[in-house]
Amino acid sequence: MQRGVRGLLARRFGRDALREGVDAPRVDRGLWRALGDAGFFSLRLPEAEGGVGLGLPEAVLVFEEAGRALLPGPLAATHLAAGVVPGAATGETVVTTVAGGGLVEWLDEADVVTGDATGAVPVRSVDPLTPLHRVPEGSRSAGPDGLLVLLTAAEQLGTAVRTCEAAVQHARTREQFGRPIGAFQAVKHLCAELLVRVEVARAAVYAAAVTADPVDIAAARLLADEAAVRGARDCLQVHGGMGFTWEADVHLCLKRAWVRAERGGSVTDSEETLAGELLTEVH
Amino acid sequence: MDLAYSPEEEEFRAGLREWLAKVLPTLPPKPSPDDWPARRAYDLGWQRTLYDAGYAHVHWDASPTVRLIFLEETEKAGAPYVGANFVGLLHAGPTIAAEGTAEQRARWLPPVLRGEEVWCQGFSEPGAGSDLAALRTRAYRDGDDYVVTGSKIWTSHAEVADWCELLVRTDPAAPKHRGISWLAMPMDAPGVTVRPLRTLAGSTEFAEVFLDEVRVPVTHRVGEENDGWRVTMVTLSFERGTAFVGEVVACRKVLGEVVAQARANGRWDDPGVRRRLGRLNAEFRTLWRLTQWNVSEAESSGGVPGVGGSVFKLRYSRARQELYDAAAEVLGPEGVDLGRPWVLDRLSSLSYTIAAGTSEIQRNIVGERILGLPKG
Ligand SMILES: Cc1cc2nc3c(=O)[nH]c(=O)nc-3n(C[C@H](O)[C@H](O)[C@H](O)COP(=O)(O)OP(=O)(O)OC[C@H]3O[C@@H](n4cnc5c(N)ncnc54)[C@H](O)[C@@H]3O)c2cc1C
Repeated sequence: MQRGVRGLLARRFGRDALREGVDAPRVDRGLWRALGDAGFFSLRLPEAEGGVGLGLPEAVLVFEEAGRALLPGPLAATHLAAGVVPGAATGETVVTTVAGGGLVEWLDEADVVTGDATGAVPVRSVDPLTPLHRVPEGSRSAGPDGLLVLLTAAEQLGTAVRTCEAAVQHARTREQFGRPIGAFQAVKHLCAELLVRVEVARAAVYAAAVTADPVDIAAARLLADEAAVRGARDCLQVHGGMGFTWEADVHLCLKRAWVRAERGGSVTDSEETLAGELLTEVH
Repeated sequence: MDLAYSPEEEEFRAGLREWLAKVLPTLPPKPSPDDWPARRAYDLGWQRTLYDAGYAHVHWDASPTVRLIFLEETEKAGAPYVGANFVGLLHAGPTIAAEGTAEQRARWLPPVLRGEEVWCQGFSEPGAGSDLAALRTRAYRDGDDYVVTGSKIWTSHAEVADWCELLVRTDPAAPKHRGISWLAMPMDAPGVTVRPLRTLAGSTEFAEVFLDEVRVPVTHRVGEENDGWRVTMVTLSFERGTAFVGEVVACRKVLGEVVAQARANGRWDDPGVRRRLGRLNAEFRTLWRLTQWNVSEAESSGGVPGVGGSVFKLRYSRARQELYDAAAEVLGPEGVDLGRPWVLDRLSSLSYTIAAGTSEIQRNIVGERILGLPKG
């Protein structure tokens, strides 16, 4: 399944498609239906209901792939609407949701919104590939849905993997002082720490997918946000001046990571969830 | 990722728990950190207790999962650490098991299992730390013996060790990795002088070992002559791969105790403190998952733990230092009182980013051997 989605995204959402979206962000409806056919949205629905009958551990793997490809669109909201909103499971219907901080992604493109988006006003999104609206303070719901947070963490993990690969690739090929910059420890060690954060986030995300425990999800969220955001920043640093350009893809990773980090709601709340559990856990 | 245990594994866990509950209350009190003979006796005594109960060889021939359960349960129950048995059980022993002859295994392994002999590790030298292969302690052949001259440093447990796994240079003309041999040296041999070194924590955990024409029988060499570097790498990958299971469990326990302390002294009301401890919870529960995951990978590959251990050690060593820093914040002014819990541990934790390969060296390993970046 993971390989299938990876292959599909490589064919249908390569670098050209990514960069086209930067100038004219849109949800590629054909690609969404193809993802629907591949089971991306219906993955956790029972087979009797036309789904794939798999669980969260498989879902995070395909979301990791989507994050690695920087695939735009309200993927997690649509996935979670499968079986509830008609057409979500097949990718016909694009579903968005009111997430952490009252932010709503892709409101104009979406066919359905879950949650109350009354009065939402457009925001000049920092991420060119994620149009944003924000609902007024009064009509926001409590915390974001745990599964939305987990699937988002899986996307963050995928993006962190991408930044690690990009940094290593650049460090191997870019030469200064007569050798690849990856031979310099200052650069090599940035790359090594990128990998460490990826592997730690991976363990957290995969474990939370097995347990679906809110405390594990909070841990996955914090560690995956860290891996994606810091990963993108270090990847930028390794790229030098190139990293600061619009042309390089690094900023797309960073900006998406920033926007996704907001989906999970308040960082303090996640930390407090983890702290609160220390009072109850039998050590 | 497999977080489930088989019925046999759960049975092992239950039996072990029951046994620990019975045996731990009967142990003698822990000796003072300054009393090395007493520490040796205590650590060997615990190993003997394990041996008599059939748990001694868990480190060696049990599956990685059973080993994990063993380390998890003994740590949770507050059982003694491997202590002075560390090198015998986790370095020298596994090396001899993998590379030694039948005679060598028969001579050296049973006393380690039975808690009769202590080993130390004589690798580092004043001029060879991170660059271990630069070691200069010289050994030349004289009849059936090697004659060894040089000095070792940072040798843990040297004061009370019976044996030393010693790296020596047997071919000074060869490239530095190719002229090294691995010897088992009796610590009571004439010409061995041990000078204890005091650590910043105040106790003498390691020592300098001076070697002046020490005669070591050629039959004490494990592996071929000049093949000691390869033999050593087997040992080091054991050290980095499996040594931390119990420590992660210990960290989670300490974190719970720090929280209890914070509740008791009111520091818990500070949201900054709670958030910091919450982050550490994310850190250690994830490191525990990573441990389980590494173990199940080792289980399916059946191999010696690999370079993934470097990824783990990098994150773990920093997290553990942060844990004691957070404990100090919770203690407030009591954090500079050596009589309080964790203050000494905070000092000890400063070695984690140095011992068994510094963090910088681990990053080189990750960068070069995992990510394929060029050598500097
Ligand atoms: C508590 C403790 C117990 C120990 N027990 C034992 C034992 O029982 N037996 C034993 O043989 N040894 C033991 N050691 C020694 C330990 O393995 C060495 O201290 C360690 O390998 C570092 O070597 P060094 O101290 O010579 O430091 P150095 O190698 O001199 O390093 C000094 C600094 O330079 C950095 N550095 C060195 N080379 C590089 C490089 N290529 N790239 C980037 N940075 C670099 C290091 O990271 C470090 O920050 C112990 C050490 C400690 C702290």
